[in-house]
Order: sequence, then structure tokens, then C-alpha cells
Amino acid sequence: MLGPLWILLKCEMQQSFRRWSDLISPLVFFVVVSSLFPLAISPSPDVLREVGPGVLWVAALLALLLSMNRLFRDDFDDGSLEQLVLAPQPLALMVLVKVLAYWLQMVLPLLLLTPAVAIAYDLPNAAIEVLLLSLLLGTPALSLLGAISAALTVGLRQGAGILAILLLPLSIPVLIFGSRATDLAVDGMSTSGPLLLLGAISLLALSLTPFAIAAALRVSLD
Amino acid sequence: MGLSANGLLLFRGDRCLLNEVSLRVSPGAGMVLRGPNGSGKTTLLRLLCGLTLPEEGEVCWDGSDIRLQRDNWQRTLAWAGHKAGLKSELTVHENLAYSAALGGYALPDIPAELGLGDCLHLPARVLSAGQQRRSSLARVLLSKAPVWILDEPYTNLDTQGQDYLNSCLSRHLRDGGLAIVASHGDAHAGLSLQECTLNRGQLQC
Repeated sequence: MLGPLWILLKCEMQQSFRRWSDLISPLVFFVVVSSLFPLAISPSPDVLREVGPGVLWVAALLALLLSMNRLFRDDFDDGSLEQLVLAPQPLALMVLVKVLAYWLQMVLPLLLLTPAVAIAYDLPNAAIEVLLLSLLLGTPALSLLGAISAALTVGLRQGAGILAILLLPLSIPVLIFGSRATDLAVDGMSTSGPLLLLGAISLLALSLTPFAIAAALRVSLD
Repeated sequence: MGLSANGLLLFRGDRCLLNEVSLRVSPGAGMVLRGPNGSGKTTLLRLLCGLTLPEEGEVCWDGSDIRLQRDNWQRTLAWAGHKAGLKSELTVHENLAYSAALGGYALPDIPAELGLGDCLHLPARVLSAGQQRRSSLARVLLSKAPVWILDEPYTNLDTQGQDYLNSCLSRHLRDGGLAIVASHGDAHAGLSLQECTLNRGQLQC
């Protein structure tokens, strides 16, 4: 049971490292977008500390959106999605592995970049830690919700636009709790409430969305 | 026993693509699906695989609907469609090992007749159309699946490749396997396959 899933993860990682240039552009996007805000709004540290958490969360969300479109697109185009759907393994588990691979390739590097970008917003160290923790807890939910949208739109020509329209409303709770937790940390207050809620959303997504993603893929291939 | 379809009905837009199509193929027998371009051969094959669902009717394997025994059916089936299903960044060997792992069988030695010896360790994106076809067929030929569904497998193959595919098909049928092949030409002429023609939504055998 675990053998095939491990091979699937290995192949997914191998593929994307051999095409590493695709991994770079969302990261560059994240850094550039989040460095535009201080230029456009105000360089004053007080203002930056105020808007920082929200801006960084929105930038991370948009960077995810940029890369999410390709989650199933290549597999759809080259026909390996058909083979995946027809493989005698549970499709829900296989798509979960694909989302895990996506998270490791796209989100983990973004998390590693976040502290560097957060310093530009003059966030205190405690707030940077909470920001990282909130991204760590919130991005699994975003990736899984994004995977549903990507699976639903994979067969469409204007998939990328519709994906954004589907995903952004769904991501609002994660965005609110994520930036709220960092906000509270900037003000030196307790952050456990929003962080626990983020974790709960991700756990709920982890247990329910794989079935929705699998069903959406079957519909898209029909 | 075997694979059967009963009263398959499928609309695409206003057009009735398949109108009450029924067929039956027994183990050890093969069927060639013919028909003009756009007659719905690929769609019928996808329906038989379970990739597309019919409006009405059912596809049965060993007497029960494939939708009710998806695990069992997908272990039974090997499908090679129009698209090669090869991951472009992986080498041919990695692709075959990946398919074997997903399909739950051990990858045997790659036979020399497949003609993939020189390109086994090249990424799939640099292969010629014929080599891609060979790699995608290799996945079916190396699997132990009893049911092969092949959509125009002879396209882009050279004569040696066509002969090798035919020899694999005849061995597969002799061993009690079952094959459904969509084809335009006469490349399968040496095999004793039942010929069926799909035209205007009707299947005539």
C-alpha cells in the first residue's frame, strides 16, 4: 500500500527538480510583491508593522495561486492523469500524495523565505515566529482547497482564471485567522486561538478534501 | 464471463454519440473497433475503461458493473490511449518503473524487441513519436493485466513494431487475455479478431 505512494512522491519530486525553473517564479513573485508594498504605502516602521502580517499572507496566497494551476495540468496534458485515475490504488490517497509533493516543492521554500521578507516589515522576532507557524498551519488547508479547484478546472481552457475565482473565497477563513494571529503577536497578545483554529481547518481539509479532489478529477476526465 | 456493455447511451451536446451500443468480448478473444474519424471510437473505449460514464447502460466485467468493483476492475485493466501518459522529465525506464509501482506489479526486464534499448535512459520529452508510442505500449505489454484496451496502437509504429505488437497480442489472447483495439489500417490482419464498426452511434459486428 505505502510502496506505490512512496514511488509516486519520489517521481513527483524528481520531476519538479529536473524542471527547477518552474519552482522559482512563484518565490520571486512572493518576494517582489511583498517588497512593493513598503514602496507604495509608506516606509514608516509603524505603518509597516501594522500592514505587514496581512500583506505577507496575501502575497503568500497569491504566490500559491500562481503555481496551483499546474498541479494537475501537466498530467492532464500528457495523459498520465488518465493512468493515475485508472491505477488500482485509492485515488484519494494518491491525490493527497500529489498535494504533499506540491506543498514540499512550493510552500516549504516560501516558508524559508518568509523571515527574510518579514524583517523588511520590521516585525518583531516573536511575530515572525507566529507568522511562520500560522503559514505552516494554514498552507496545508490552502493547498488542499486549491487542489479541489485545480482538479475542477483542469480540463478547461480558461482554467487559471476560474481557479482564482473558486479558490479565493474559500481561502478567506484561513487568511483571516492567519493574519490575525500574526497581528496579535505584533501587539504582544496571546495567539493560541487563531492558531488552533487554523490547525483545525487544516485537519478538516486533510480528512475531507482528498475525496472531493478525487471526485473532481473523475468529473474533469469524463 | 468477460467484458460486456449493455445499452450504452451517450450524448455530447445535442448529438447522440452512442445509441444503445452493446457488445460482448470473452476471455481469449479480441475485438477490433473500426469506424470513420469522429464516430466515437475513443469515447466508446473510454466508456469501457470507466473513464467516461454513460448516460444510460452499464459496462460489466464478469457479470457485474465495473463501477461497483472499481478496485478489482482497475487491477484487471491496462489502457493505452491517444496521449502517451509519459512524464516528460522522467526517463523511459523511470516512467515504466513508476507505472509498474502504481499498477502493483514488478517490472520485468524490458524485452529487446520493444526497441527501447537506446532510449531507456533518455527523458521522455526527447523521444520521437514512434518511440513514445512504443514506451506507452510497453506499459500495457509488460503489465500482467488480463484486459487490454488500446486506442489506435499501430499509429507511428514501424513494421517491426507492428509485428511485435501483433505477436504480443496473439500471445495475450492465447493465454486467455482479452483485447479491444481501435484501428484504421490492416496491421492487425494476422490476428483472428472480431471486427466491429461504429458508425452514427451504432455498432455493427
